Amino acid sequence: MSYLPYAVAAWLCLVGLAGVATSRNLIHLAVCLTVTQSSSYVLLLSVGYVKHGKAPIFKGVPLGATAVDPVVQALTLTDVVVSVVVVALILALALDAHRLSGTVDPDEIVDVSG
Amino acid sequence: MTWIPPLLVAIPLVAAAVVAGLDHITPEPVQDALVVIASMATTALAFALLWHAESHEVVHWFGGWGTRHGVALGVDFAVGPLAAGMCAVIGLVVTLALLYSLTFLREAARLFDALMLVALAAMCGFAMSGDLFNLFVWLELMGVAAYALTGFEVERLGPVQGAVNFAITNSVGGYLFAVGIALLYARTGALNLAQIGNTLSHGPAGGLAIVAMTVLFCGLLIKGAVVPFHLWAADAYAVAPAPVCAVLGGVMTDIGLIGVARLYWTVFDAPFGHGHAVGDVFLWLGIVTAVLAGTMAFLQRHLKRMLAYSVLCHIGIMLAGIGLLDSSGLAGAELMFLAHALLTAGLFFVAGILHVDHGLIDELNLHGRGRGSWMPAAAWFAGTIGLVGTPYVGIYLGHGLIDEGATELGRPWVLALLWLGSTLAGAALLRAGARIFLGWGEAEDPLLGGALEEDPHERHVLRPLLLAVAVTAVVLGAAISVVPGLGQRAEYAADRFRDRAGYAARVLRGRPATPPQRLPVTIRHTSLESILYGAVATGLALGLAGVGLYRRRLPPGVTAVAQRALAPPIQVLRELHSGVVGDYVTWVAVGTAVLGGVWALLLHG
Repeated sequence: MSYLPYAVAAWLCLVGLAGVATSRNLIHLAVCLTVTQSSSYVLLLSVGYVKHGKAPIFKGVPLGATAVDPVVQALTLTDVVVSVVVVALILALALDAHRLSGTVDPDEIVDVSG
Repeated sequence: MTWIPPLLVAIPLVAAAVVAGLDHITPEPVQDALVVIASMATTALAFALLWHAESHEVVHWFGGWGTRHGVALGVDFAVGPLAAGMCAVIGLVVTLALLYSLTFLREAARLFDALMLVALAAMCGFAMSGDLFNLFVWLELMGVAAYALTGFEVERLGPVQGAVNFAITNSVGGYLFAVGIALLYARTGALNLAQIGNTLSHGPAGGLAIVAMTVLFCGLLIKGAVVPFHLWAADAYAVAPAPVCAVLGGVMTDIGLIGVARLYWTVFDAPFGHGHAVGDVFLWLGIVTAVLAGTMAFLQRHLKRMLAYSVLCHIGIMLAGIGLLDSSGLAGAELMFLAHALLTAGLFFVAGILHVDHGLIDELNLHGRGRGSWMPAAAWFAGTIGLVGTPYVGIYLGHGLIDEGATELGRPWVLALLWLGSTLAGAALLRAGARIFLGWGEAEDPLLGGALEEDPHERHVLRPLLLAVAVTAVVLGAAISVVPGLGQRAEYAADRFRDRAGYAARVLRGRPATPPQRLPVTIRHTSLESILYGAVATGLALGLAGVGLYRRRLPPGVTAVAQRALAPPIQVLRELHSGVVGDYVTWVAVGTAVLGGVWALLLHG
C-alpha cells in the first residue's frame, strides 16, 4: 500500500488552512477553503481504493470479483455538493461586502470586534 | 412509533420547499400559517416521541435497510429520551421564534421562514441520527441555513462580516469532521455509530483513532463555540435579527455539544472509556469557556453581543458537565440545555422588543429608556435570575446535578469555577437590566468600549404578540427547575444515553429497552452545597452588577488598583476577539493541534 495519497491529503489540508488563515481576499479565501475540502476527497478515495479493483458496477460481473469501495464514492459526491453550497454562499457574501465597503479584504470589513 | 423520527425532518423540509416554491403565488397569511403549523406539528410529534421513547428505543431504518447478523446495512435514526427531549425543545424554540417573526421581520424577504424550517429539520435530524456521515450532512445543512440567516440584512456591513466569519470558521469545522469520518471509516469499515463503537471495543485503539477523535470533536466544538473555537459566535449573534439569534443562541450552538456527547458515548467510550483523559480535557475546556465568556459578557454594551457571550458561558458549563462522564453530569447538562435554551431565547426576544420601542440595542444608549415598560422588565429580570441559577429557578437544577457529579468524582473545586462563570454572565445581564429599565448607574462607561452601529428600526409590529412570546419563553425556562419528576427523568435518560453496549444491542440486535421503574413525580432535591453556591452566586451577581453601575463611587484607591490590575488583561481579551476571520482559523488550527497533542500524550503512553 502506498502512503503517497495520505501525504497528499495531509498536505492539501494544511496548505488550504494556511491559505484561509492568511488570505487578504474573500474570493481567494473561498478557493483555499475548497483546497482544504479537497483533502477529504483524496483521503476518502484512497481509503476505498483496492489494487486492481474494478469500478463498483456489478452488472454482468462474476460474483466475488474485486471492486473498489462504492461507499466512499457516494460520500465524496455528497461532500462535493456540500462544499459547492458553502462556496457559493461565501462568494455571494463577498459580493455584498464589495458592494457595501468597496473591498473584499476580510481584514477591512471588520465592523464589530471585542 | 418508528414512523415519527423521519417525520420530524420531513415535515419542516417539505413545508420549507412549499413556502419557497410558492413564494409569489400564495397570499402571505397562508404562507405564515403553513410555516407555523409545520413547526408546531413537528414540536407536537417530538413530544409524542419523547413520551414513547422513555420505554422504547425508537429505531428507524431508512428504506427498510436494517441489520443482518448485527451488521448495519443502512442508515438509521435511533432515538432515546434524551434525543427526543432535545428535538422537543428545539421545536419549541423555533416555533416561538417563528411566531415572534410573524410581524417582526415584515420588511425582510419571505424566504426567511423557509430557512428557519430548514434549520429546524437539520437540528432534529442531527439530534436523532445514528449514522456518522448523516451527522455531517445535518451539520452542514444547519450551517448553511444559519449562515444565510445571519447575513440576512445584507444592506449593512456588520451582518456580512458576521456571516462571513461564521461560514468560514464553521466550514473549516465541517471539513475537519469529514476528515475524521474518512479516518474512522478506514479504521472500522463502518459508518453506523453503534457498529463503529463495537469494532473499536476490540483490541487496542491505536494512533489513528486518536487523530480521528481529535478532528471529529474539534469540528463539533467549533459548532458549539467552545474556547478557543468560539471567536466567530459573538460576531454572528450580534448582527442577526432577534428571532434568529434566539434560535442560534438558544439551540443551535448547543447542537455541537449534543454531537460531542453522542460521539463519545457511542464510539470513543469503547477505546478510551477506561480513563478520564477525554473527559478531563472537556472539563477544562468547559471551565475556561465559562469563565472567559462570562468575563467577555461583562465587557459588552451591545445587548445581543452580551447575550451571545452569556450563551457561550452556559455552553462551557454544559461541556464541563459532559466532561464529568457520569450520569449526574450529563443529566445536569441536559436540564441546563432545556432551561438555558428557553431563557436565552426569551432574553433575545426582550432585546428585540427594546429595539422596536426605541430603535436602540445598546445598553448605554438605552439608559433609563425602559422605565415604565414593566412587562419586558419583569421578563428580562426573571430570565436573568434564571440564567444565574438562583436556587430552584431556571438553570439551577441542571447546575445542581453537575455539582453532584463533580463532588462524587472528588473534584469540588469545579463547582466554584463553574458558578463563577454564570455569576459573571448574570451580573452583566443584571447591570444592563438595571441601567435600561430602572435608569440606574451612569450613562457613560469607558470600560464597555465604543458603541456599535444600531440595527435598522422595525416599526410595524404587533407588540403584544412579541411580548407574549417573550414572556412564554422566560416563564417556561424559569420553571424547568421545579417541574416535578423532570430531574429524575433526565437522570434516567442520561443513564440510557451513556450505556454504549446497551445502545449497540438495541440498534444492531433490536433488543428492547428496559423501561424505567416507576420514576417519582417530585421535584428533584439538590445538595445543600448547591443551594449555598446558588445563593452566593445570586448575591455576587447583584453586587457585581452594582459595581458595574456605580464604579465611580468606589473609593479612588480601590479604583486605581483595579484599573492597574485589570486593564491589561481586558485589553488582551478584547484584542483576541479581533473580528478577523484569518485569526479565527489560526486559533482553530492551533487548538486542534494542541488538543490532539494532549490526547496523544495522555492516551497513547
